[in-house]
Amino acid sequence: MQFPREELFAPGHRGCAGCGAAIVARLLLKAAGKDTIISNATGCLEVMTTPYPETAWRVPWIHTAFENAAATASGVEAAVKALKRKRGKYKDKKINVIAIGGDGGTADIGFQSLSGAMERGHDMLYVMYDNEAYMNTGIQRSSSTPFLAATTTSPAGSKIRGEDRPKKDVAMIMAAHGIPYVATACISYPEDFIRKVKKALSIEGPKFIQVLQPCTTGWGYPPEKTIEIGRLAVETGVFPLYEIENGEFRITYKPAKRKPVREYLKMQKRYRHLTDEDIERIQKYIDEKCKLLGL
Amino acid sequence: MCEVKVITGTSAAAEAAKLADVDVVAAYPITPQTTCVEKLAEFVANGELDAEYIKVESEHSAMSACIGAAATGARTFTATSSQGLALMHEMLFIASGMRLPIVMMVANRALSAPINIWNDQQDSISQRDTGWIQIYVEDNQETLDSVIQAYKIAENEDVLLPVMVCLDGFILTHTVEPVTIPKAERVREFLGVYEPKHAYLDPDRPITQGPVGVPDCYMETRKQVEEAMERAKKVIKDVNEEFAEWFKRKYGNGLVEAYNLDNADTVLVAMGSICGTIKYVIDELKKEGKEVGLLRIRTFRPFPKEDVKEFLKDANNIAVLDKNISLGFNKGALGIEMASILKNKKVCNYIVGLGGRDIRIDDIKAIIDHVEKAEDDETLWVGLKE
Ligand SMILES: Cc1ncc(C[n+]2csc(CCOP(=O)(O)OP(=O)(O)O)c2C)c(N)n1
Ligand code: SF4
Repeated sequence: MQFPREELFAPGHRGCAGCGAAIVARLLLKAAGKDTIISNATGCLEVMTTPYPETAWRVPWIHTAFENAAATASGVEAAVKALKRKRGKYKDKKINVIAIGGDGGTADIGFQSLSGAMERGHDMLYVMYDNEAYMNTGIQRSSSTPFLAATTTSPAGSKIRGEDRPKKDVAMIMAAHGIPYVATACISYPEDFIRKVKKALSIEGPKFIQVLQPCTTGWGYPPEKTIEIGRLAVETGVFPLYEIENGEFRITYKPAKRKPVREYLKMQKRYRHLTDEDIERIQKYIDEKCKLLGL
Repeated sequence: MCEVKVITGTSAAAEAAKLADVDVVAAYPITPQTTCVEKLAEFVANGELDAEYIKVESEHSAMSACIGAAATGARTFTATSSQGLALMHEMLFIASGMRLPIVMMVANRALSAPINIWNDQQDSISQRDTGWIQIYVEDNQETLDSVIQAYKIAENEDVLLPVMVCLDGFILTHTVEPVTIPKAERVREFLGVYEPKHAYLDPDRPITQGPVGVPDCYMETRKQVEEAMERAKKVIKDVNEEFAEWFKRKYGNGLVEAYNLDNADTVLVAMGSICGTIKYVIDELKKEGKEVGLLRIRTFRPFPKEDVKEFLKDANNIAVLDKNISLGFNKGALGIEMASILKNKKVCNYIVGLGGRDIRIDDIKAIIDHVEKAEDDETLWVGLKE
């Protein structure tokens, strides 16, 4: 696949070295192109890209609050429509309206506004960049934090072994909204991610992509390992890649042979407290999920 | 050249939004606002208004969507009340901080708990520091006129701030009154086609809106909003005059309305529909040879400090009526503002009409009696049961 050379996500943001969220943004803009308006939720991505008077965004971009990237984008989309119809603006242009938020801003506090926007059928793409915790406020658990991962609000202690609830399956919940396109992606598979964004943007109506984004700081690994860890998440079946187009489910990457989750877990500080028994439990849980998806 | 319809306050607001040819409406129902957004939905459904109507899932999203739409260069409208306005609180700061000319009708209603759907002004008063211009109207005609004026004020390059037009729940929202409805073309000419010149989202000239305001710049942005509020005073006055030339109606000087102030030693200060009742009492007393005045505060934000000082310079007994209470200070917001401006005068504060408690003609008369006899500043809750 030929990636466009133009960088609409400018270099020089303030993210941590090896930050996967920056890779999400960069690939997303390469796929979407310049006729795009971004609505960004509060979180790492917003904070690291726009310390006034600097900005990493070379497309129009708006941030309003934490829980409402989807609602804000609803307004943007409606305005574009109205301006097209009433004032002949953007006459021969397709404007991509994209909302983007972290797992907290999407799966927790922003869930209502996301569900509302999807249900109303706005022509927009919502991208959830999933680093599996609230990173911007210092690594607290979200409903997208995986089972037994340690965060500052789900610490591993002598009584409780980290996050005690399984990861919320936001992509499947979005699919239940009956929207035309839902997909999962991972920054370690850039062609796959870009293809999915392009496909999503070619479809009219609400679209949702959940993209896994390893986070050096929150997960606890050296910056040069971001891509490797993301790949392992997929190769182990921890984060399966699929798309659901008009209700039709399709795995988009099937590992030849799934690797043991241990390989993935042992690279990260958030899992370092796990015993063999814990790892077994996780393996069992992942096996069951993968079986369900046909992986 | 115009038409008179006998309509409710919420209909008047909806008619005004239609006349302003808004591009985007985003709204969520709440009593007693609902009939406004129903009316707008009807207008859109019948093709009388060409707008995108976003049926959001909450007031928080209503304001978020209005912000998104206004930031994209569309003229936007929404309406809410009470709990809905409270749910918007966070977004109200963002709308003003981003300098977006959104117009909102607020049907004034008490806040929970206990839940109460009836009128007082606690909801909008509680939003006084959000950077929104607040206009309190006296009747349905003023509702319609103020919504139209609000766009002209909000979109003025010297202002660029959101405006809420507040009308008393049920008392105005659900009462029918004859309202003169100007011709759509006239309003369109008066307002002009909305073509924002300030920054907005456009792929042809990408900008970043709502970035992180580092300590090095945050205070300056706050100061800019304050300065815009200050400039808004003149703009509100000018728009009021201009509106009078076009449509032959005006509301005091735009910021305040003086009623029988010239020879009055005793003056009542109030906002909203209660001023109609007060005017009635003043006229009655005048027949008996007693001069009492009213200073109606029309814009609570920006607060007309200079006008208040000027208009009240000769008054000695000042009675401030508040349909809200700042708990822990035992004064209403207007009472607090007045006391801070009129330092050497006797300013008594009357808490009235909370949660829809009736304010009768006798109550107003009792307030006048009380303030005239009071030795010093006092606060009194009027109409309380033993
Ligand atoms: C209403 C509200 N509550 C809390 C916060 C504080 N807050 C800002 S960002 C954030 C976490 C963001 O987490 P996520 O959406 O997962 O994105 P990430 O930081 O991981 O990129 C929180 C809790 C806020 N800004 N607004
Ligand atoms: S904490 Fe994680 S998501 Fe946030 S900037 Fe650092 S690496 Fe990126």
